[in-house]
Amino acid sequence: MAKELFWEDIEEGTEVTPLVKEPTTQQLVRWAGASGDFYQIHYDKDFALSNGLPGVIVHGALKSTWLGQLLGDWVGEGGTIKKYGCSYRGMDVPGDKLTCKGKVVRKYVEGDEHLVECEIWLENSQGQKTTPGTAVVALPAKG
Amino acid sequence: MAEDSVITDEMRSVVGVESEPSVFEIEKGAIRRWAEAIGDSNPLYRDEEYARSKGYRSIIAPPGFFAQYAYPVKLGQGRVRLRGPFTRGLNGGNEYEFFKPIQAGDVLTSTTKLAELFERQGSLGKMLFVIYETTYKNQNDEVVAKARGTGINY
Repeated sequence: MAKELFWEDIEEGTEVTPLVKEPTTQQLVRWAGASGDFYQIHYDKDFALSNGLPGVIVHGALKSTWLGQLLGDWVGEGGTIKKYGCSYRGMDVPGDKLTCKGKVVRKYVEGDEHLVECEIWLENSQGQKTTPGTAVVALPAKG
Repeated sequence: MAEDSVITDEMRSVVGVESEPSVFEIEKGAIRRWAEAIGDSNPLYRDEEYARSKGYRSIIAPPGFFAQYAYPVKLGQGRVRLRGPFTRGLNGGNEYEFFKPIQAGDVLTSTTKLAELFERQGSLGKMLFVIYETTYKNQNDEVVAKARGTGINY
């Protein structure tokens, strides 16, 4: 675990520590098994091609899970993820290098919670944001 | 409504209707397999002793686990599958909201409702967007999480 992150440590524009993923077709199959999502476009190339896709593609929900990992790693055990979400605008394929990233857009206090709103996204090796989203996390305050 | 709409009155009539509840247990082995599959080495998802030392009863579920893990359950029981005339589908997006930690051994009850239904012309032709909202409660009747998913049929 990285050192504990406090609300006071961050400001608008602070970067979320990036998380790099290089999915293989094997990883897609493992995740299909772990999640129960056996839609064939994620492991059967012929099926994917016949559905008008460029080939096997990465599960959208796996990408959202990685964005959850990005946030969980960043806030550490002292923080909590309040909510996050993303949309799957572009397809990602196994073999590509995918990077989960984020940036703080707002910090505020609500009740007794010290909150941080972030823009988050997953981008491909061309730098295209295929999976943009937003998140709100709570961080411990030094106060 | 346009003449060529793929949304029928029958489909519209199930918008907002809450499904029958689905019940599923959060299993330790399933959490570990999930953490391994996504490549997340956080000990809170793998090491029971470690998780206990942090005040949890057992290992906890990573973000998103609850919603996806329940996927086959929801499909089998109570989730209204709407595809219109289409046979192909894509996942358009997921949103999760967390209220309480989900721990191994928890028994969750989820109910799903169809929140929205609309159609759009997209790069793959006409597309039907189906937005589902699911609420998850634990064995103490506490809402632990909510999820919203967008299905795209084309």
